[in-house]
Amino acid sequence: MRRPRRPMFLGRIPYRRRRLRDAARLLPVFGAFLFILPALWSPPGQGQRLLSGDVVYFFIAWAILVLVAAAFAPGLSAAEDEEEDD
Amino acid sequence: MPFNLLVLACLAYVIFLFSVAFLVERRAGQGQLGWLRSPLVYTLSLSIYCTAWTFYGAVGYAARSGLEFLTIYLGPTLVFIGWWWLLRKLVRIGRRHRVTSIADLISSRFGKSNSLGVVATLMAVVAATPYIALQLQSVVLSFGVFASATPDGFTPPDAAQTAIWVAAGLALFTVIFGTRNLDAKEQHHGIVTAIAVEAVVKLVALVAVGIFVVWGLAGGIGPMLERIDASPLAGWTLQPGRWTGLLFLSGAAVICLPRMFQVMVVENADEGHLSRASWAFPAYMLAMSLFIVPIAVMGLERLPADANPDMFVLTLPLSEGQGALAMLAFLGGFSSATSMVIVEAIALATMVSNHIVMPAWLRLRPAAAMAGDLRGLVLNARRISIAAVMAMGYGYHSLSGGSAALAAIGLIAFVGVAQFLPAMIGGIFWRGATRSGAMAGLLTGFFTWAYALFLPSFGPDAMLPASLLAEGPAGIGWLRPQALFGVEGMDPLIHALFWSLMLNGTAFFVVSVLTFPGPVERLQGAAFVNVFGDQPGSPRRWSEGEAEPEQLLVMAQRLLGEDAAQALFETAARAQGKTETLLPDPTPEFLSELEQRLSGSVGAATAHAMVSQVVGWATVSVEDLMAVASESAQRMEYSAQLEAQREELARTAGALREANEKLTRLSVQKDAFLSQISHELRTPMTSIRAFSEILTEGDLPPEMVARNGRIIHEETKRLTRLLDDLLDLSVLESGKVSLSLGLANLREMIDRAIQAAEQVKPERGFTFHRDLAAENLFLRTDADRLTQVFINLISNARKYCDAASPEIRINVRIRGGRVVVDVIDNGRGIPKEAQSTIFEKFTRLPNEARAKGAGLGLAICREIVANLGGSIAYLPGQGGAAFRVILPLRLERKAA
Repeated sequence: MRRPRRPMFLGRIPYRRRRLRDAARLLPVFGAFLFILPALWSPPGQGQRLLSGDVVYFFIAWAILVLVAAAFAPGLSAAEDEEEDD
Repeated sequence: MPFNLLVLACLAYVIFLFSVAFLVERRAGQGQLGWLRSPLVYTLSLSIYCTAWTFYGAVGYAARSGLEFLTIYLGPTLVFIGWWWLLRKLVRIGRRHRVTSIADLISSRFGKSNSLGVVATLMAVVAATPYIALQLQSVVLSFGVFASATPDGFTPPDAAQTAIWVAAGLALFTVIFGTRNLDAKEQHHGIVTAIAVEAVVKLVALVAVGIFVVWGLAGGIGPMLERIDASPLAGWTLQPGRWTGLLFLSGAAVICLPRMFQVMVVENADEGHLSRASWAFPAYMLAMSLFIVPIAVMGLERLPADANPDMFVLTLPLSEGQGALAMLAFLGGFSSATSMVIVEAIALATMVSNHIVMPAWLRLRPAAAMAGDLRGLVLNARRISIAAVMAMGYGYHSLSGGSAALAAIGLIAFVGVAQFLPAMIGGIFWRGATRSGAMAGLLTGFFTWAYALFLPSFGPDAMLPASLLAEGPAGIGWLRPQALFGVEGMDPLIHALFWSLMLNGTAFFVVSVLTFPGPVERLQGAAFVNVFGDQPGSPRRWSEGEAEPEQLLVMAQRLLGEDAAQALFETAARAQGKTETLLPDPTPEFLSELEQRLSGSVGAATAHAMVSQVVGWATVSVEDLMAVASESAQRMEYSAQLEAQREELARTAGALREANEKLTRLSVQKDAFLSQISHELRTPMTSIRAFSEILTEGDLPPEMVARNGRIIHEETKRLTRLLDDLLDLSVLESGKVSLSLGLANLREMIDRAIQAAEQVKPERGFTFHRDLAAENLFLRTDADRLTQVFINLISNARKYCDAASPEIRINVRIRGGRVVVDVIDNGRGIPKEAQSTIFEKFTRLPNEARAKGAGLGLAICREIVANLGGSIAYLPGQGGAAFRVILPLRLERKAA
């Protein structure tokens, strides 16, 4: 019959937490884009790109992802108690 | 470097690890783990992902295929920074269901099916064997490097002999610390800590070599980058298909590899650690890969062309005369290899003992659940399994000849374990996944992998005849292992990955959709998929009353140990309210709990089978499930009804409370009215009696008689007026008043009222503000009564208005078929708290000097206006006392 419904609108803090989760979900998608991007940006086989440039690009992109994930992690783990996930 | 020194270093290092593991185990036994169960240790233990393949092989990989080696670490990075999607759920499920291995996860999810467990175990063993061989090979190679690279070197030890020694040593270490006890949650604190230490060693070693290469050999970052651009690696081009495929593959492998599952899920001490590891582990991998390219570039530049690039990490420092650094690198590589082998062996041994040995044992000796020391049996099974796994790794190593490049072997194993992916992901996100589907998917994927990748990897004519590779089985071209369905020219690895996962997933999905899951499957499916939802306890699987608690205790003692089992039973008995006995009733809840505890030791399928043997085979049918479901539905409906009733009761109670308050208020009013009226009547009566007594005494001066008579007369008039008013009011209130309706001019009525009111305080000159034009309208009403209302309002204003130059404003408007008359003075107005009561009988303003009226005027006004079909109200905020009378333009008889 009637089940306790979740509130439709949230307070500021839970709202922030939800958006943080959204961001955390999107992060790997963004990361995948960053990592696949070099496959697209110049036709392979031309040798136009400098290898050192690629190396620097990958490590910088990687480091950015790690830093962003590190920034997200505390908020996410704090939010874990109250469950729902979608 | 002398061989003995090398062996000595290895031994010293291993003893060091032994003591770390031993001390930690002892502290764990005393329950003082503290920081040893911290996110840091968890993250470091995850680093067994970086095996000798990373340590040695990544450089070789980079030397051969440029930046492609990065995909092996970028894929897991994506999985870890996206932990909120998948890993979180995986770890939660692992902890809640006490999962002991990836095979246990799959078996448990699909109805605790042992056959699935067996298949998954076999697949894991087959896929892991080359990987273990790879570790052995790397250690053997590294020994060889030391033998040949130094002038004072030793004759290279026999490779096979080295491999045997390494394998045996690792097996010993693993057996000692991996099978010390049958932990309820299958956690090995000592080993995890030792692995964390090894993680630090290999990171330090690789970074040290890297720093030496960049700053020692190349001369800084700038020159290093220039050398990178000048090196043969610069000709590398990114192949989009292979690049993306490898990203995906490594991402899948980091979840599916048995050893990763072991440290990530099974050894997880706290779910919170995962959030830290989500970025710390990618950071670790970043640090591990940072110097791979420089080492590869410098190796290609400085070492002879025939040098094995897989060993650059060792040979580069050696050729530059950095013996100590090479030693450190050697220990790093040794760490990478050993930690991986130890954990992999434990994970595989757990699977083998839980899914193959124990069920077989129970099948062969059905009475075994009741007799014999099962703990010993399980542990021995595990020890033998570890030895067997090592032996297989060694066998593969000697069979394959240890020639293939490290990276190639690693990737083949990756594709093998990736076959778990559809069943695992499907199992935890899709309730429709069934056991048959999972079985079909696993088998399809496994055979495709073996046929298209694993067997051909041994080379032509080793496992598969060369003719089959070239022309397909029996000349069927589209079944050629490396060009399935006529897809030619694809990279063999990506080809195998694509086809195996494609066929695997398709079989999994199609069979799942077509088959109907069994009851336990459905229960487990719901419990896994909804692991974050609120779970109404553990689903009921056992019917009550058939089991002897004593037998259960006997069985539990054999698996958990006497103390643990008795503690478990005692807690359950106390929870059931039994204080006397140790044995709880075998309620379904207790049986479920017991099974869950046992499954932490021997896996879900075996635990289920063992409890079944004592309880009698579980006979849960779909009907039972439906019964449980409808029972809970009924319960929900019942509670919804209760809820509705409760709300109705609350409403009724509220209404009753209001009615009660109203009655109480009325009663107070009535009392007040009675006391007021008796007071009002008695005051004139008292003075009349007093003065009439004086009159009856006679001989009074005539002027005195006249004065007394006048007073009596006045008081009588007042009394009469009061009685008239009361009578009037009661008639009005009862609604039986007879109205004489007719057309009347409002202006005339107001004129009359102003004139009539002039006798009140005639000394005060009032200014009237009127809008004569607006007032000039005809109403159908009772003119006399309405005039009385106006008289009342105006005389009240005259009475109470205390302004220096008093004014009265009369506004008339027509609004919506009704006439609105406002009477406003410019006095002090009526205080807010009195506004609500002024229309009540006998109300006078509290601070008014005792006025002449009895306080009935406004009450009468209200009743008259109500009888005339209108309303009167106090109008706040007009700068003085203000009353608004609203009347209908035409009063029908009916409304009267």
